Parts: sequence; structure tokens; C-alpha cells
Amino acid sequence: MFDEDHLVAISALQHWLYCPRQCALIHVERAWEENKFTAQGRVMHERAHEGPNESRPGIRITRGLPVRSLGLGLSGQCDVVEFHTDGRVVPVEYKRGKPKAHRADEVQLCAQALCLEEMLGGAIEGGCLYYGERRRRTPVNFDHELRDLVTVTASSVRECLTTGTTPPAEYEPRRCDACSLIELCQPRSLRFRRGAAAWFQQRLRAAMATDVNADPGDS
Amino acid sequence: MKKHLNTLFVTMEGAYLRKDGAAVEIRHDGESKLRVPLHNLEGIACFGWDIGASASLIAACAEAGVAISFHNPHGKFMAATRGYTSGNVLLRREQYRRADHEPAAVAIAANMLAAKLSNSRQVMMRAARDHGDKSATRAFALSQAADFLAVRIGLLGRATSLDSLRGIEGDAAAAYFAAFPHLLVNHDPAIAITGRSRRPPLDPVNALLSFLYSLLMHDCRSALESCGLDPQCGFLHRDRPGRPSLALDLMEEFRSFLADRVALTLFNRRQLTATDFRTEESGAVLLKDDSRKAVLVAWQERKQDEITHPFLDETVTVGMLPQLQARLLARHLRGDLDAYPAFLSK
Ligand code: SF4
Repeated sequence: MFDEDHLVAISALQHWLYCPRQCALIHVERAWEENKFTAQGRVMHERAHEGPNESRPGIRITRGLPVRSLGLGLSGQCDVVEFHTDGRVVPVEYKRGKPKAHRADEVQLCAQALCLEEMLGGAIEGGCLYYGERRRRTPVNFDHELRDLVTVTASSVRECLTTGTTPPAEYEPRRCDACSLIELCQPRSLRFRRGAAAWFQQRLRAAMATDVNADPGDS
Repeated sequence: MKKHLNTLFVTMEGAYLRKDGAAVEIRHDGESKLRVPLHNLEGIACFGWDIGASASLIAACAEAGVAISFHNPHGKFMAATRGYTSGNVLLRREQYRRADHEPAAVAIAANMLAAKLSNSRQVMMRAARDHGDKSATRAFALSQAADFLAVRIGLLGRATSLDSLRGIEGDAAAAYFAAFPHLLVNHDPAIAITGRSRRPPLDPVNALLSFLYSLLMHDCRSALESCGLDPQCGFLHRDRPGRPSLALDLMEEFRSFLADRVALTLFNRRQLTATDFRTEESGAVLLKDDSRKAVLVAWQERKQDEITHPFLDETVTVGMLPQLQARLLARHLRGDLDAYPAFLSK
């Protein structure tokens, strides 16, 4: 059991699955850059959270519901939770764009469900992801595999946050070029990771070798 | 990181800065003079005794990461506003640890100084090349000073204490400023420089350099703040309450490349002449109020120049350099890089 002071944000799981380094930059180093994508996402979330709670026949809808699980050591907020009169509880998460190759969105939704299960004391079988680009819901089934992935990811993230170490960058164009932290992360510079000392000495020697007759370089 | 490194310079005495929606509005005598959206700004630097800013503007700037600094009319840094300390406490702890551990501090400071000396040397060799055939004496004096610096760079690499680094740097700075008159090609006796004088500057060159260094300082301090480092805790410069020692450390590698070159250009192209300065009874020389504008324009233009960053191997603007180097320093402190790759110009 974890205590309330040591809960990990559910959003960190999602960041971790996208890129462990991104997770550490945001949650350990507290770096945050907003780019076009995150700004769109934020606006969408604000809308999802701002809407009034409402009731439709057979469903009560709650927005921006804070949740936590002391068992998993997680806390977060659900965009939307539907409470059906037949007893089903269905979390719904709003996402910009379209379904992705990695499972970060499903893990986030499932983590919310695990929190709700602990707080409400019942089983939640599935939820929905609503993708802005598609304008329709994708159902997600909380099977064992997904639940295990949540648990494993939560413990990896916890270890990273406890030790406070940021994993080194590996530049992957598809992932990094869409990453809001690329300017802070400088993944390409890290190819010199262990060679900055050698680079500096070599470059300094080269600078010393130039003399007044050398070719004028750029500034 | 912001691509536009726009600093808003406010030089009008009596100006008042307030928040207007998501913009800063400058008012004077009850009239609105200018409105600039905050998201277009990297920093706001005020030069004057009587310039004010509203609390709501300061809060908005703190949140948006826009640094506001206050300088006296001659550019001397007086104060800057900031919000709650943000960033990573673990990074700052590591910074303090290294600052307290002499060998670690020496390793970082030695690279910063080696870069400083190397960059000063490049400025001299560039000048010797550009005008070499016009005056053999000049070229000789410059290349001699350049050789002197090259030897000091070798010594830096072998130094084991901060005091010896400071000693080497002191000698090198004296030699650099002794050769500085040879960098000025428009032989105007009124623009002579005899060594570096700061408190107060005793000639126009020193007056201009002091002003430019204060601009550079604003940029370095903001750069450090924005990547979560403590600008007050330095490696080379000792801690002293109120002194932004790490910002002074970081400035070293840019002094000649950014500030000195702007000064030389302004004098050599006669964009500034002796009439742009005035001398007080004490002998202190000051840049005239109206002339500051030309300097600020030249400074902003210099920051737009593009170069290939030597370590990152990417095209960047000169104005981004303090930000990039501050980040590389943070990377080194975190253990991502095995040394601090200080900025070495070509
Ligand atoms: S730029 Fe790439 S390596 Fe760096 S945080 Fe983003 S995804 Fe990860």
C-alpha cells in the first residue's frame, strides 16, 4: 500500500510508454513545453472537464472526476465517467488525433478504471477512448494483459521518479519529431554522450591550430 | 524552447508596463505607447530609474517564462523579477555539490575559460586577417597576443585549483585588453582604450562594453533560470549574496564573440563616435541616452545571425547560444555528458 503523498500521476504512465526519457523530463525534471499538439489536447480536455454533469435516461455523467489507487500508488483525473443505471461504470477519455500504435492511451484509461474499482469496490470491464479525428468511440476491454501492463508500467515509473534519473535519449525520428520536448531534450546531441570531453579537447586543439593565415570561417 | 529571441527594451523614463490581456502594454504620461503579445517575447529589459511594472504583468511574465529585468540607464543590472522557484531540485542539488567539490568545479570552469580565451583569440585573428596587409604592426601585435592566449589555454588544461584558473584568466584578460586598441581600425584618438575599466568605465570603449555585458548578463541569467539552474551559485565566480555568479561564469564564453564584436563593429563602421558619449566630472564615461538605441538595435541584429552550433551541429541563431549552453551545462550536471562542452567559435 502506498500513502497519499507518494502517488504517481496516471499521465506519467502514458508519457513513460511513449518515451521513458520524456516521462523523466516532465515528472522528474519538471520540464514542460507546450507545442501545437499538446495545446490542442489541452483545449479539448478543458472542454471535456468543463461541461456540466448531466443525466440522460439510464446514465449519469460525471466530468473531471479525481481518482486514486493506494494499491497501485496512482492518482489522476477521469475526463468522463458514465454511471449506468444497470450498475456499469464506464470511463471515457478524450484524445486528440487517432488511435496509435503504442498502448499508452489504453493504459491510461485502464489505470483510471483500476482506481475507480478500488474506490467504488466493483469490477469495471471496459471503457472508451474518444478520438477527436475520428469523432467516435473506440471501446477498450480491460483484460489481464492490459491490467498487467498498467502494473508493470506503474512500477517502472515509480522507480524512475524515486531514483530521479533521466534515461539517456535515443533519437528516433518518428517518435522524437512529434515530441513536444525535443528542443529541451536535444536527443541528437546525446550521440556524443560519453564523448563531450574528447570532443572539447579536439575542437580546442583545432581552434589553436588556426593561425592568422587560415581560411576565414563563418563567425 | 522559443525560437524568437525577442527582448523588449524599455528605455523611456517614466514608462509604466502593465498587463493587457495576453500582452504587455507600455504607457507613458497616461497614453498607450506600445502593445506586444507576451508569447512573442523572451525577455523584457528596462533601462531607467523610473520605470515601473504592475504586479499582474510580473505574475503573467513569471508564468510565461518571460524574464523582466531592471537596469540603470547605463545598463548596470539592478534587479529581476521571477516567480516561485521552479525546475528540478535534484538538478540544483547536484549543481551545489559540484560547486563545493573543487576538482569538479575546476573541470567545468576550465572549459568555460578555455572557450573564452579561444573565442577572444578568434576575434583577434579575424581582425589580423581582415586588415593584416594594411598595417604590419597591427597584425604583429594581434598575433602576438593570440599566441599569448594560446599558451594560457594550455595552462588552463593543467590547472588544479580555481585560484590558479583565476590567475591565468587575469593574465589573459590583461593581454587581450592591451591588444584591444589594435582591433579598432578607425583611428579616432577620442575612442582610445587603455585596459579594462569598469567601475566606472573611463573611456567610450569601456562604457560600451559595460553596457553590452549587461545585456549579455540578462540573457545568460534568463537562460539559466529557464533550465532550472541557480544563477547565483557559480563554479568560477565565488558566491556572494545577490551576485549571479553562474550567469557570470556562463557569460565568459560569449563576451568576445557576442559583446566585443558588436562593440568593434559599431566603432569600426563609425555607427558610434565620441559624440555618443559624455564624460562626468569624475572622469566616468557614459553612453548618451539617445545613443543606447543604436546599440540595442545592433545587439538584436547580432542575435539574429545564424551559425552552426559546434557541438550540436545544428543551425542556430547567435541569440540562442546562452540557452543552448545552459542546457548543455544542465546535461553535464545530470550526467548525460561527461564534460561541459563550452562554446568554441570558429
Ligand atoms: S525527443 Fe525523443 S528521446 Fe527526447 S523525450 Fe522526446 S521522444 Fe524521448
